Parts: sequence; structure tokens; C-alpha cells
Amino acid sequence: MTELQIIIATIVSVSAIGILAASILYAAAQKFKVFEDPRIDEVEDALPSANCGGCGYPGCRNYAEMCVKADTLDDLYCPVGGNDLTATIAKILGKDAIAKAPKVAVLRCAGSPEHRASINVYDGAENCKVASALYSGSTGCEFGCLGLGDCVVACDFDAIAINKETGLPEIIDEKCTGCNACVKACPKLILELRKKAKKDRKIFVSCINKEKGGVAKKSCAVACIGCKKCQKVCPFDAIVVENFLAYIDYDKCKLCRKCVDVCPTNAIAEINFPPKKKKPVVAKEVAKPKVVAKKSVDKTNPTDESK
Amino acid sequence: MKISPSPHNYGKDSVSSLMYGVIVAMIPAMLVSFYFFGLGAIIVTLTSVVSAMAFEWLITKYLLKKEPSLIDGSAIITGLLLAFNVPSNLPIWIILIGSLVAIGMGKMSFGGLGNNPFNPALVGRVFLLISFPVQMTKWPLPGNFPMEYADAATGATPLGVMKEGINNGEPMADILQNIPSHMQMFYGQMGGSLGEVAGLALLIGCLYMLFRGIITWHIPVSVLGSIAIFTGILHLASPEKFADPLFHILTGGVLLGAFFMATDYVTSPMSQKGQIVFGVGIGVLTVVIRVFGAYPEGVSFAILIMNAFVPLINNYIKPKRFGEVKVA
Amino acid sequence: MAKTFSKGGVHPPENKLSANSAIQIVPPTNVVSIPVSQHMGAPSSVIVKKNDQVKVGQLIAQSAGFVSANIHSSVSGVVQKINTIIDTSGYKRKAVIIKVEGDEWMENIDRSAQIIRNFTMSSEEIIKRINEFGIVGLGGATFPSHVKLSIPKGKVAKVLVINGVECEPYLTADHRLMLEKGEEILIGIEIQMKAINVSRAIIGIENNKPDAIAHLTKLASSFKGIEIVGLKVKYPQGGEKQLIKAVMNREVPSGGLPIDVGAVVHNVGTAFAVYEAVQKNKPLFERVVTVTGKSLSKPSNFMARIGVPISNLIEAAGGLPEDTGKVISGGPMMGKSLNSLEVPMAKGVSGVLIMPDNESSRRRQAACIRCAKCVSVCPMGLEPYILMTLAEREMWEREENERIMDCIECGSCSFVCPSNRALLDYIRLGKGAVGKIMRARKA
Repeated sequence: MTELQIIIATIVSVSAIGILAASILYAAAQKFKVFEDPRIDEVEDALPSANCGGCGYPGCRNYAEMCVKADTLDDLYCPVGGNDLTATIAKILGKDAIAKAPKVAVLRCAGSPEHRASINVYDGAENCKVASALYSGSTGCEFGCLGLGDCVVACDFDAIAINKETGLPEIIDEKCTGCNACVKACPKLILELRKKAKKDRKIFVSCINKEKGGVAKKSCAVACIGCKKCQKVCPFDAIVVENFLAYIDYDKCKLCRKCVDVCPTNAIAEINFPPKKKKPVVAKEVAKPKVVAKKSVDKTNPTDESK
Repeated sequence: MKISPSPHNYGKDSVSSLMYGVIVAMIPAMLVSFYFFGLGAIIVTLTSVVSAMAFEWLITKYLLKKEPSLIDGSAIITGLLLAFNVPSNLPIWIILIGSLVAIGMGKMSFGGLGNNPFNPALVGRVFLLISFPVQMTKWPLPGNFPMEYADAATGATPLGVMKEGINNGEPMADILQNIPSHMQMFYGQMGGSLGEVAGLALLIGCLYMLFRGIITWHIPVSVLGSIAIFTGILHLASPEKFADPLFHILTGGVLLGAFFMATDYVTSPMSQKGQIVFGVGIGVLTVVIRVFGAYPEGVSFAILIMNAFVPLINNYIKPKRFGEVKVA
Repeated sequence: MAKTFSKGGVHPPENKLSANSAIQIVPPTNVVSIPVSQHMGAPSSVIVKKNDQVKVGQLIAQSAGFVSANIHSSVSGVVQKINTIIDTSGYKRKAVIIKVEGDEWMENIDRSAQIIRNFTMSSEEIIKRINEFGIVGLGGATFPSHVKLSIPKGKVAKVLVINGVECEPYLTADHRLMLEKGEEILIGIEIQMKAINVSRAIIGIENNKPDAIAHLTKLASSFKGIEIVGLKVKYPQGGEKQLIKAVMNREVPSGGLPIDVGAVVHNVGTAFAVYEAVQKNKPLFERVVTVTGKSLSKPSNFMARIGVPISNLIEAAGGLPEDTGKVISGGPMMGKSLNSLEVPMAKGVSGVLIMPDNESSRRRQAACIRCAKCVSVCPMGLEPYILMTLAEREMWEREENERIMDCIECGSCSFVCPSNRALLDYIRLGKGAVGKIMRARKA
């Protein structure tokens, strides 16, 4: 064979293999083709693609499938996209959408070192679950935050970071999508999703200590002691005290801040409020819990950029 | 008071103590290579070790932006192993390239110590062998601490002589005339890469590592055993065409590979059964490449190929679990 | 060659500092706190009230189920209150707090030193007695003994294996007990043999206790069917599966119990407690505990009452050294570090180890170099490095397939890891999560 013949033979044989393989692939693709509702793709494109699992499904694709399958969108809420997204999906699928209140995570513990002294040093793996399986915590309070950052790891949106000064996680409201991942990650069940209010204002009891007042107060200066003062002062019956622990129902709370004023241990956190006109007691302000989230602009309706 | 989960006491080994143990085990072979290859060996070794450490430091600091840690000694081992795997008259610039490839491509690109699938020194060595075949296959002849470096007298390795002789159809007896005796090869008096020649010194190093508990016997024994058995069968079948097993074990990088490179923690399997499979694989591939392939030497390729199988071995060959018996 | 188990294992420095110090009795403190959950299983329910008078050996909390145990007062006095107190679990748990007044024992307890050899109880009576007298495994796991002695239907016990291994470094409580109460232990073994109806018992003792081996071998010549086996020193030989492998050369199947190979395993301390319960009418309210540590002035073995604060025991052993870094209940391999020195003595506390500050810190964790040492030391043939990675990534299904539930938490992997990785921390986490999933599946 001359060189030219070799070249021609090569080209011919390689092309033949290529055509053969292509046709096999094509035939296979046709044979095993699975019909999928094109709207699934459409919905999926509209989704934030965070794959955070906040909706309760393993990923955005599954959620899209469920949206297409389901009769109503009532139980299918994507916390990341919020109501805007629900409306978009509703439009694509021609279904009705019910607006839901967006939520944001809060940390119900204010036990920074100045409020509760460490009585020992944890020296194991940096993992809240490992530590909580071992013992109650490095301070006297066995309910409080361990500060090892399981919630930080769980957050897909960089919305939580440990504040080095307080040793407690801080939630950045603008980034928090309310996907529930941190709530599930916390072995101490300290984090809670609460309804977003105007200007991201929040009032909540920043403590989950269920011990008797004296015991709780001994282990942490800003613990809820269950004195019921807030319950009495609340004009909206939003506060319930159970097991020496107050809880503010966010649906009833009108953010009047009366409870904050009466709380003897400053266990009730007020966040994103302007400073008060009539100052109650100056000393109390100093001891205010430090869970204050980063100041935020009005974002009651998170848009795409908040993803 | 401190609080931590059990256990509360720890063994004496640390990463650096293990790594320095390996380095100590390599010293005898290094000294032997200094004796036979003289100045060249010292230059090559120094260049390789220093550049490997420098590259690791630079890459960690400026590319990975982490705090560089040279104290674990793994860069020194890579540098030493690379030097052991090249001829002693190799120009400095080629060594630098090899060391950059070994550290940069072989190790740091995967995330550093513990994450590399292939033995970094071998990646560097094979890269050089393919890129600079001429320089990489000019083997200086051993002397008594010779002072030449680049202009050292060169010759073929025993394996090269054997391969060429068999290919030319020369009788085995004639070929054996042209290569050093087994005893000479055991001491290290033959041409070759600087660390691979010194059989006795490598054996001492291996025994030291076994004694210190740095390595287990599984990989070295399975590599050497499979090579011995495979070549033994071939030799018995046709003594004219195939060299004896001892020749195969003493020449080329078999001892170096079996003791120091196949046993590399990061790139060898985790279970002891897996390690035996890995070792046998290396042994068989080495012989296949040597006897039937184009290269006279195949240890490096064999180890790299088996490195690629390690994740598979780890996945399918599990240690025997305790209590894995049927209820009587 | 001495017998041992075949797979894995490590040999940490033994440090048996208190091996030559005879068991001393420490008197109870003014106030004792007796936790109600000192055993595996359901916490017992308290049956005394505030201001009740109690005597030594009086039942104060009743077993709450089959896997649970009775708890008896270790002192005489008045119940001050029923409160929560941090116990060895590291959490606040319910405890009966008693103000001590005198030392008045229940009348039926035989306090003489005389050894009673003969017993007449039937198997059922023995198990009932053990259940009533609150005896739990004293090796550390505190599994209620009557559960182990009640052979489930369809299984036959063939051998009683007695654990005198004490493979944990530092601890010498069992060692001293074997030397000082050898005959009582052997009678206790005989009683247990009767309870499970076997004619053969094997006592496994590691070879670092030649005096105990010699002493018991001599005594055992007058007992039928009890053999003493010297074992090569290797941790974790005291794990029951490892011990069965060492003395009987049988492997307990994965997920199974010792009875699946016809064995029942008990600790020598338990055997002594059984003797006292059956022959002396004495419930379990005190036990031998080793208080030890390198900087402690008098490492000792004490016979201590349940409920006495640990700080009191440390005082009796020469006081808390200044360089204390960590206080551990149990040995250094499996013990629990305590977050308070006021933690009360419990049935499961076999030792109090005080580690100096310079030894108590963990070393810096580095990347896994895949040295396979954890795989080669795992006595259960597991791959700790995979289990840790999977636990970090919360891949529980694969974790289960990798047999994480077989892990006995001996800590050999963390001990040997040159990169100081927190292998066991994460494996324990994984075990918890997988166990929960498996229970949910069953339910």
C-alpha cells in the first residue's frame, strides 16, 4: 500500500466506525427515550437550583416534578424562592398559588461568655453532635449553644457565621432563606424559624432553658427564669410560659416590645428596632443579648439576588 | 478541666515520625549510591530533595494559600525517591522539571498529602522517562566514589543487556557473561538509577521499616513473591529465553519499588488482603512489561497502573469482618 | 504462645500504678447522691420521699422494666431531696440525695468476714436474687446481670466466661479484687454456673497479672469446672467478643450476642457482687474503684460506696494534683471524661483516672495519609477511616453497609492514628444515627 492508500483507508474506516457508532447511539436514544413533561424543565429553570432540601424534597428537580404532579401548590413551598417563585410556578402550571409568610431562622440562646462562664474546655472533634453526645456543654447551662458550628456547616447560603466574640452563631437575615437546614442540624434544638416581619424586626425569647428560675439564672445571666412578667404584660396573649420558659407566638405578637421592657434578665431579644425614645434603664442595654442580626434593608419579599 | 470523647491516650506515631522513619530507611541506599556514583549522585539527590521541598512550599503558600508545612517530611521522601529513580548524570534542569511535575502534578494538584492517587515520585519519573528518553537512559557505570558528573562513563543496565541479548537471539550463557554477577548486583555494583542498584542497602532499609512498624510485609512480599514465581515459571519453561528469578528481583527498580514505592501509604490499598492483590498485580505487570513489552524495565509503570486500581481494590476487597460467620 | 484474639488490637502503655496497693475502705461523706440511672436500660423509679429514713442496703429505687435494675441506699440517713445532679453521663440526671447519719445496715446483711461456700438456691432463685439486689455488669458497661443470666428460649449456654482481663491501662480494681477476694469470686462463679446451668467456666486473665493467675489457679483446684487461662496482653481483650475469641476461639456473629456461641460473659467484679448478694444478703451498693494518675501522690484501690462524690475519692488518694488536665471515669481508652468533680460514684465507675495537663490535650488533627493503621488495628475488622468520612458526610445507608454497628468503640483506631484524626468521635456519631434509623425501621 502506498501512503496515500493508507491515508484513504484510515479515513474511510474511521468514518465508517463513527457513522456506525452514531447510528447505534441514535437508535438506542430513540428506543429508550422517556417521555417527560416539558413543564418539569420549565419549572426547574425557574427554581433557585440551590438543592438545599428546604422544600422537603431531595433536590430542585424532585421539587419541580412534585409541582407538576400535585393538584395544588399549597404544600409545596420553596423557602428560597419565596412567594414570588410560587407565583411564577403557578403561572407556568396554571394553578393557584397561596402566599405564605416567609420565615427566617433565629438563635434562641444568648449565652456568650460574659453571661455564662465556661467551667471546662471541650477538646474533641469540632462538631456539636459529637459534643452533645458526650456531655451537657462547657458551661453550667445544659440547653445552650455549644458554638461548634453544625449550623454553619449545614447552611447552604452562607447565612450563618460564628461570632468570635460571643462564640455564638449569627444569622444574616438577608441571606437566610428559611430552608430549615440549620434547625435540623442543631442537636440542642436551639434554632427556630420565625415569621419575617416588617423591616426584619424580631422579638423572641432568646433562651430555651427549662430549668427552674434559680438554677437557670445561676448558670446563665440572660436565661429565661419563667417569672411570667412578660406573660402578664403582653396585651395580645402572645406569650406562654411553660416549664419555666416563656415562648412568644409570632403569629400573635405585634412587636410592641412591652415584654422586652419588663424582662428582668433581658432574655427577650429585640432585633432591628430603632433605639427607644424613653430609655428604660441604661445598665440593661449593656447586657442586651448579642444575637442581633446584621442590619438589613427591607427585604420582606426576597428576590432573585437574595439566593 | 478538659473534656473530650474517649480514647484519652494516643500512640507514639505521628505523620512526621513515620515519614522520617522512611527517610532513615532510605539512608543506607543513598550512601551506597554516593559511593558508586560519586559526585553525580550527591548533586542529583540534593537538587531533587531541595527542589521538591521548595516546590511544595511555594505551591502550598501561593497556589493553595495555606500555611505551608514541610515538617511532615513527605516532600523530602518524594525528592529522595525521585533522585533514586534517575541516573546520576542527569542534568539539573531536567531534575527540576521532574521534581516540579512530581510535587505539582503528582501531589499538590490533588490537594496535597493524602489525596494523590499516584505515587508523586513515580509520576515525575515516568514523565521524565517519556519526555527525555535519551538523558534518562544513559546510565553511568559504578566506580569508587567517582568525581565526574555530566561526563561520567555510561553503559547499559543489566536488564538492558539482557533484553537486547534475548532479542538478538544470543545464548543465555553469553549474555550472563556481559552482566555483573548476582552477588555484585546485590551489593549494587551495576549501572542503573542511583537508588535502585543497592539491593542489600534497600533490604536493610526495608527491615528497619518493618521493625519500626512503618510498613507491613504484605506488599513487599507479594510483589517479590509474584515476580519470583512468574519469572521462575518462565525460566523453567525456557531457560534460554528467560532470565532466572533472582536476576529479575535484583535488577532494575524491583527492590526499590517493592520496599519504598509500592508501600507508599497514600497510594496503596487499605486492607491487607487488598495490599496482597495490589502487590501481586505489580509483580505480574512488571514481568509482563519486562519480558513481553518494549521497555527493559517496568516497575514504575506497574506501580502507577496498580495505583489507578487502588480505589477499586479498596471498594471491593474488604478486610474480613469479625463475626462474619453463619450462626451455628 | 499465649492465647489472645486474632484480629487487630493495640498495646498501649500499661501504667498499672496502683497494682500493689491493697483495697482500702473509704467512709461515706456527709451527703451522698445516688443516681437513678446507673445501668443500661430504663432509669429506675424512686420509691422514697423527702425526709424518709433509709438504712444501708435499703431499696430506694425500683427497676423499671426487664432491662433495668434496682438501686439500694449505700448509706443510712435521711433523704434530703430528690434532685438532678450531673452524673457520669455529663448531663444532669435524677438522683436521690441522702444526708448521712451513722452507718446502720439492714439487719439481714451478713457483715462477717467468714466465707460461705455452700449454697442451696435454685437457678431461678439465684436470678431473682441478682435482679432484686440490683447487680449489673461491673466491667463498665453496667448491663443488668439478671438479663444476661436469663438464657433466651432456644439458646443453650455452654460456658461461663469470666472477664478478669482488665485490659484498660491504669485500672487495677479487678486485679486487686482477684488477689484479695479470690475465693469469693470463685464461689460467685459457681453460683452463676448454677444459674445458667453450665458445668464449665473459664476465667481469662492477661499475663501482666501473674500473681492473680497463680492465686486463682491455686484456689480453683478445689472448684470443679473452673479453669484459668492466661492471655497475651493486648487491648481490647476485655471486650466480650474479643474475650470469647481468645478463650474459646469462637466468633460471636455480627449483630449477635455471646449466647449465640453458647457463652455468657461476666466480670470478676460481678462474680464477687453475686457472691455477696447470694451468700451475704448484700445488695450492690459499693464497689472497688481504682483512683490513679501519674501525678497523684497515692494511686489506690478503694472499696467505695455508690453516691460518694468523686472528689472525695481523689482526696483519699492524696488530693487533686495541681497539673490536672482531665478527670476520667474509667480507663484512658474507653473512659468518660467528667465535667464536674462532684459526679457521684456509680455502679459503672471502675476507675477514676487523673491525667496531667500535658498529656490530656488532643494533638492537632492532620489529613488522613491512608496509612491503613486504623484498619489493621480494628478488632472488629472494620475500616474506621471510611466510617469516619461517611459519618462526616452523613451517608448513613453506606455507613450501615460498612457494618458500623459492629464497632465496639474500643478506640484503637483513634489511638493509633498518626494524623490524630477524631475517628471514634465520628464513628460514635454515626452509630447513634444509624442505630436510630434501624430502630425506626423495625418499629
